[in-house]
Amino acid sequence: MATSVQSTSPSSQQSTFRAGLRAGIPVAIGYIPIAIAFGLLAKSFDLPNVITLSMSFFIFAGASQFITVQLLMTGSMYWEIILTTFILNSRHFLMSASLSQRIDTTSRKLLAAIAFGVTDETFSIASTRKEARSGLFVLGLNTIAFLAWNIGTWIGVFLAFGLPGTLQASMGIALYAMFIGLLVPSLTNRPVFVVASFAIVMQAVLHWMITPFFPISDGIRIIIATVVAAGIGAFLFKEGEVS
Amino acid sequence: MMSLFLLVLGLALVTYLPRLVPLLWLKELALPAYMKRFLSFIPYAVLASLIFPGVLSSTTTTTSALFGGVVATMLALLRVNLVVVVIGAVFGVYAFQTLF
Repeated sequence: MATSVQSTSPSSQQSTFRAGLRAGIPVAIGYIPIAIAFGLLAKSFDLPNVITLSMSFFIFAGASQFITVQLLMTGSMYWEIILTTFILNSRHFLMSASLSQRIDTTSRKLLAAIAFGVTDETFSIASTRKEARSGLFVLGLNTIAFLAWNIGTWIGVFLAFGLPGTLQASMGIALYAMFIGLLVPSLTNRPVFVVASFAIVMQAVLHWMITPFFPISDGIRIIIATVVAAGIGAFLFKEGEVS
Repeated sequence: MMSLFLLVLGLALVTYLPRLVPLLWLKELALPAYMKRFLSFIPYAVLASLIFPGVLSSTTTTTSALFGGVVATMLALLRVNLVVVVIGAVFGVYAFQTLF
């Protein structure tokens, strides 16, 4: 399994990268309308175009970009915005940690490039596809997601048109449908089923029983539910590691 | 304007660091077996946590969102291509909202 990037031929590297691009198509479909909405929202708040575009280019994190625009408009302090973003996105720490054990690539440059594109959506694909042990595959996947996110932002900012209202509302289901499409086939594996069930129960408890009394952000809830569920899984199932 | 741009760079930094640090440094550590099992369960725990309860508020009404979720689940059970699952759910919600 010690196939390093250097030892494979350029043509097979290219096809691995392209396979990653193809695997990212569902992510791109989901990202474009959301990014358009982001561009439109920022525009409606008169945020300078170059700031909106550089947010999608440098930050590349959907939820926190929306929240940042909203916080800016309500006149929040910069440190509050930075802290909120950090808390919201710290869940990617868990995802990168999980990816680090999956990816064969050892090139630090490639790993640093891959890290930039770790989102909920790209991670979900990267960790459920067998080919995703290759760093180039993940890079291709992240690249198409990044392009879709930025193209969508440009459309929102400069063309200032979105999808018709009803279709836009229906697109909201897109990324969730993708998550469902990625999770459901794995549920035949009993440990996976148990872990996913615990995560859902945890989320329900946090969302309906704790948050009303003690507000917890979405990012923190996802982290708590994930850590508890994966922890229970690691405790219950000693053998037969899921792949 | 300049201060806004510095804010964007600050946000970029606090977003990139949690993505980067584990990928660069956990790779070289020899993790104990339970840690490896824990990390191998992360994707499924994350997926479930992302789906629920977020999916319920993903469209304008909870019922249409629920309908979209059911369509996606059924398509996923049929093991169709992921793009079909995504587009099928979007049109399911669209049809639901147009009809009801």
